[in-house]
Amino acid sequence: MPVKVRIPTPLMKLTANQSEVTAEGNTISEILNNLDNQFSGIKERICEENGSPRRFINIYLNEEDIRFLDAEKTQVKDGDEISIIPAIAGGH
Amino acid sequence: MGYVKGLKCKECKREYPKQPIHVCEYCFGPLEVDYDYEAIGKVISRKSIESGPASMWRYKDLMPIDGEPRVGLHVGFTPLVRAKNLGKALGLNNLYVKNDSVNHPTFSFKDRVVCVAISKAIEFGFDMVSCASTGNLANSVAAHAAEAGMKSCIFIPDGLEAGKILGTMIYGTQLIAVHGNYDDVNRLCSEIAAHHDWAFVNINIRPYYGDGSRSYGYEIAEQLGWRAPDNVVVPVAGSSLITKVYKAFKEFEMLGLLENKVTTKVFAAQATGCSPVTTAIKNGTDVIKPVKPNTIAKSIAIGNPADGYYGVKTAMNSGGWGEDVTDEEIIAAMRLLAETEGIFTETAGGVTVGVTRKLVEQGRIRPDELTVICITGNGLKTQEALAKSFAAPAVIEPNLHSFEEVFSNSLTV
Repeated sequence: MPVKVRIPTPLMKLTANQSEVTAEGNTISEILNNLDNQFSGIKERICEENGSPRRFINIYLNEEDIRFLDAEKTQVKDGDEISIIPAIAGGH
Repeated sequence: MGYVKGLKCKECKREYPKQPIHVCEYCFGPLEVDYDYEAIGKVISRKSIESGPASMWRYKDLMPIDGEPRVGLHVGFTPLVRAKNLGKALGLNNLYVKNDSVNHPTFSFKDRVVCVAISKAIEFGFDMVSCASTGNLANSVAAHAAEAGMKSCIFIPDGLEAGKILGTMIYGTQLIAVHGNYDDVNRLCSEIAAHHDWAFVNINIRPYYGDGSRSYGYEIAEQLGWRAPDNVVVPVAGSSLITKVYKAFKEFEMLGLLENKVTTKVFAAQATGCSPVTTAIKNGTDVIKPVKPNTIAKSIAIGNPADGYYGVKTAMNSGGWGEDVTDEEIIAAMRLLAETEGIFTETAGGVTVGVTRKLVEQGRIRPDELTVICITGNGLKTQEALAKSFAAPAVIEPNLHSFEEVFSNSLTV
């Protein structure tokens, strides 16, 4: 099931400068593995060794933070959109 | 001539040149400004600071700009108020309020970060500034962009207080309200930032921007007579200010400017309706679980705090703690500060005062310790929070009889 994945600027070197790519999989984890097959090394940049996203990375499925869903096990379906975004400062 | 060597990742320590970037390409850790403290130590002294302007620019040697400040020359050096009356009400004998509700020009501590960010944006050659904001930052970016003669485009969550919306639009900016909360706005802005070559003060200018708030801590220490306090109670949203205030004390200590060693306990204050950082502190973890904010303290309603991990660490490593207060407690605390000290703060100030009360009750802050409460914004901007707190004033006829009637009635209340 193809989904669209938005790539943050610091990782675009790994995706031949594409800010949007397509990936396949039934869960966020599978999508990340599929991304790594296409763009070798991208997963270790996004995730810790145990496979969970790094502390300063936020992953959104259709604009919702996956930590409000089922984290890496969150199911994805055809046509979904995923954004990978570094944490950002704000407020006090 | 500045003293910035470059940027450095706070996590993996990789170094980067001075650029409008904010994230480590390798581990995604936040980038921090790397200063040449050895060179700063040779030029800075209590005397050099005291002979500087009555603004935050008396600490210019510690600010991350290369040239002179381009905007906001009058920002900072706000009053540190000896709060005897509030202290009496809270059971504290040595209490101070650092009052940025009267900061120039937009009445919040955000002027400190914005004048640095926009000066830096000009140095980088940007002609457009932008930000995601819960209101105070919007006011300040719009005002300083106007002063700089730059264009600005500002993003806020919908449903903000009227004073914060009008107090942004007046400066002639393009203001866009986004359906959702601050975290939604922030996510959108980071995607916009990837497509537009703008200076987003809290995104690609963030390392420089954040360092402006160290001036709040420098001022506290200088105004206490070159001392770090025993306790400081800081409002927490993204957790930037709390880390920078503590860093400011430690920098002054390192530069030999303080009378005492820094043993300051740092306390994080949040609203119960948005308390991911104080919840983590109470649970003894540094893993932040994001929340959907629901509180009248909109200026600190950030459910997904970027620096939350560092906020928790700062509070815990300093021997401090984290507490939160309900909307009712926030309003009661805003009224208490106003009625005891004559200072009208916004909801975030109600949070720090209300949390201080709780910390005293818990014995975490003791009566004779030197305690500073951070007041970072102005109550005239968040009047909606008090809408149900007061009845309309008495209206009388313009004659003595009418007055005496109302006055004697009020005496019996």
